[in-house]
Amino acid sequence: MAFLLLRRLVQTALILLGVAAITFLLLYALPADPARMIAGRSATAQTVANIRRELGLDQPLLVQFWTYLQGLFQGDLGRSYAQKTDVGALIAARLPATLILMAAGIAVEVVLGVFLGVLAAVRRGGFVDRFVMMASFVGVSAPQFVAALLLLYVFAVTLAWFPMSGFGTPAHVVLPALTLGVLGAGWYARMVRSAMIDVLNQDYVRTARAKGLSSARIIFRHALPNALLPIIAMIGIDIGQFMSGVVVVEAVYGWPGIGQLAWQAIQQVDIPIIMGVTLVSALAIVLGNLLADILAPLVDPRIRAR
Amino acid sequence: MTASQSAPPPVLSVDRLCVDARTPEGAKRVLDEVSFELKFGETLCIAGESGSGKSVTSLAIMGLLPKASLRIASGSIQLAGRELSRLSNSAMRSVRGSDVAMVFQEPMTSLNPVMSIGAQLTEAIREHQGSEGGAAEAVALRMLDAVHITEPARRLMQYPHELSGGMRQRVMIAMALSCRPKVLIADEPTTALDVTVQAQILKLMKELKQEFGASIILITHDMGVVAQMADRVVIMQQGRVVEQGGVLPIFEAPKAPYTRELLAAVPRLGAHAGTDAPPRVGSEPLAGSPETASPVLAVRGLEVHYGKKAGWFSKGKESRPAVSDVSFEILPGQTLGLVGESGSGKSTTGKAVLGLVPFSGEVLVDGCDIGPLSQRQMRPVRRSAQMIFQDPYASLDPRMAVGAAIAEPLIIHGIGNRSEQEDRVADLLRRVGLGPDAASRYPHEFSGGQRQRICIARALAVNPKLIVADESVAALDVSVRARVLDLMLELQETMGLAYLFVSHDMAVIERMSHHVAVMRGGRIVEMGTRRAVFEDPKEPYTRALMAAVPIPDPALRAVA
Repeated sequence: MAFLLLRRLVQTALILLGVAAITFLLLYALPADPARMIAGRSATAQTVANIRRELGLDQPLLVQFWTYLQGLFQGDLGRSYAQKTDVGALIAARLPATLILMAAGIAVEVVLGVFLGVLAAVRRGGFVDRFVMMASFVGVSAPQFVAALLLLYVFAVTLAWFPMSGFGTPAHVVLPALTLGVLGAGWYARMVRSAMIDVLNQDYVRTARAKGLSSARIIFRHALPNALLPIIAMIGIDIGQFMSGVVVVEAVYGWPGIGQLAWQAIQQVDIPIIMGVTLVSALAIVLGNLLADILAPLVDPRIRAR
Repeated sequence: MTASQSAPPPVLSVDRLCVDARTPEGAKRVLDEVSFELKFGETLCIAGESGSGKSVTSLAIMGLLPKASLRIASGSIQLAGRELSRLSNSAMRSVRGSDVAMVFQEPMTSLNPVMSIGAQLTEAIREHQGSEGGAAEAVALRMLDAVHITEPARRLMQYPHELSGGMRQRVMIAMALSCRPKVLIADEPTTALDVTVQAQILKLMKELKQEFGASIILITHDMGVVAQMADRVVIMQQGRVVEQGGVLPIFEAPKAPYTRELLAAVPRLGAHAGTDAPPRVGSEPLAGSPETASPVLAVRGLEVHYGKKAGWFSKGKESRPAVSDVSFEILPGQTLGLVGESGSGKSTTGKAVLGLVPFSGEVLVDGCDIGPLSQRQMRPVRRSAQMIFQDPYASLDPRMAVGAAIAEPLIIHGIGNRSEQEDRVADLLRRVGLGPDAASRYPHEFSGGQRQRICIARALAVNPKLIVADESVAALDVSVRARVLDLMLELQETMGLAYLFVSHDMAVIERMSHHVAVMRGGRIVEMGTRRAVFEDPKEPYTRALMAAVPIPDPALRAVA
């Protein structure tokens, strides 16, 4: 286990370096000029040039990247162009909100997905199965903002059960988490369904039935743990998907997380913030996968042996 | 023979049982008026080939017929006077695992990979006996002891993948007997096991039958197993019982033609004693004169390592070789039988001589050393050496017409034009005993035996000199197996083919081979002419292998 962690640490560092390099190159290849954005529309060419020099944007690209990396090695993510504050502090202040949203979203996604998937697999070919399959198809193909608008209209406007937007009480979490999780749950329902159908046809499930066990025990004790093995790896990979969803959902619900921070930064071409959020997201994805790798052997003894 | 003296009431009686399969064309009868009785303390063998309905019968008794496709149409199943076929699900649940228990064919997949042996053993005990934690565990421990598993306490904590196939089957038996069922149904319990392990498991079942007072229904395709185990026999064919009776009358004076056919097809070890070559099948003169020819395949000091892979951060582990120091030669028109148990390295050897796994040592195919050749350079060599695999169901592309599958090697090697290839395919199909119209049909339209004939035709397409046959008849029913073996012998005679015939089945090896090599732990432990190896085995291991083969004659039953 210690060896795995060490190996992963080295891999993580390399991945982050790669992500930093690619993002940096892409951002500076953009036609938008951050100095002009900061200076405003009426600024003179001289002002813009001054700002550019001040930010170090007149340096060659490699020099800029090297300077950025030097800061990174010291844990310094740079300063925001627009807000003139430390990017690390900005992200740190908003990270907890995003983590709450992500945890709630993943919980909705996995719990709903596994529940519906198991239900569909057990009632295979029946009404429930067909309904779940159709609903999950809609879920897989509908864009996030449509789900958000629908949920807002029904639960916030018409029924007024939950607040429209904002942050603070548990009630505030419900709609954003549902928006984030409900569509992905369709994915999981399909995955779990096919994994469960596969597992239910395995010889060991027949053995369990031959023992005279109850259906509930066969499904939850014998079949589900086996069906969840591929799903665990899936959750790790899925965190990347989730990060992009977070940007949309935080913008729609006015959720004060790093997604909203990134959203504003993109509009202002505030490159240090975009870089910072990207790196934090990459780190989250790597950690998510690491978590999946640590969880898998707890469920599957065959991996433990290796 | 004690069972037939008095007439105690049957433990289980199946009376005119009919089972229908649901198909798009309507109900199709798969079991037709099946009747038999199982008496207390007896072993009843249900024998038959695939599709005979023997497994459906056992699933019907267990109430485990897949609801979506099979249902009991009529008839009755009575366990100690209680009707099972009309029990509710929950009532049937209390019967399953408690009064009737089952052991399945595949020990490798019949245990749940993510649950410990202990958890799987104790759950049925808890379910049916209502015993709590410690008590259930004590029973589990006693059961593992009863099936002679070493270190039973440690096994309880282990997981299935940590046990061998034979041990897993012992666990399955322990599990089945843990609630002291009246009836134990064993569906091909030893088919997936090596012969020496099979002998141990069969012996264990006899012993436990006495100890636990269970009556056994043993389902098998192997008449050798029937002869060793049965008190009475039920012979099934296509969903009907064609004959039933005591084991001695069935073997000595079979009445139904099908029973006679089945018994005639059973290969018997020692049936070819006193001859050096396999029996002649065709009437055409022998092709080539093997004595003067140079070997088609010469192997010297072959060694194969698996799993020697080094990663970024890990040095490759030095593994035990899968095959080491293997040397042999095969002359044109001759067969070397390579026999051994699982893990002996026989299949690996077969793959290595075709360059399908990396190896060290010397392999000369038709005089050409294939060791240093690249994949591209191997191509012309592949024309002289082809392979026939074990599973005729998995080794044909289901979406490729049979003619296209056979023509593919011709196309790859650029042999002939379109119409010549078509003629060649038709000729090959005729040679393996299929009509030319087979070319436009798809694999699912053929039976297992026919598919294996197609695989043989495909292997023959490029006119090879050597064929590596890896367990090529293991998946076939005995009667079909005999016909495919005859075909292979006939092709050898007419085309002068050399075979490297890999098999775990001693009787099949005896029938097919001129020379025999016995493998164990990656090495050849004994090699010689068939006569020398089978009639005067030098190695104790060879003798043990031969002794473990069940003899299809109840009169010669080994004393249990």
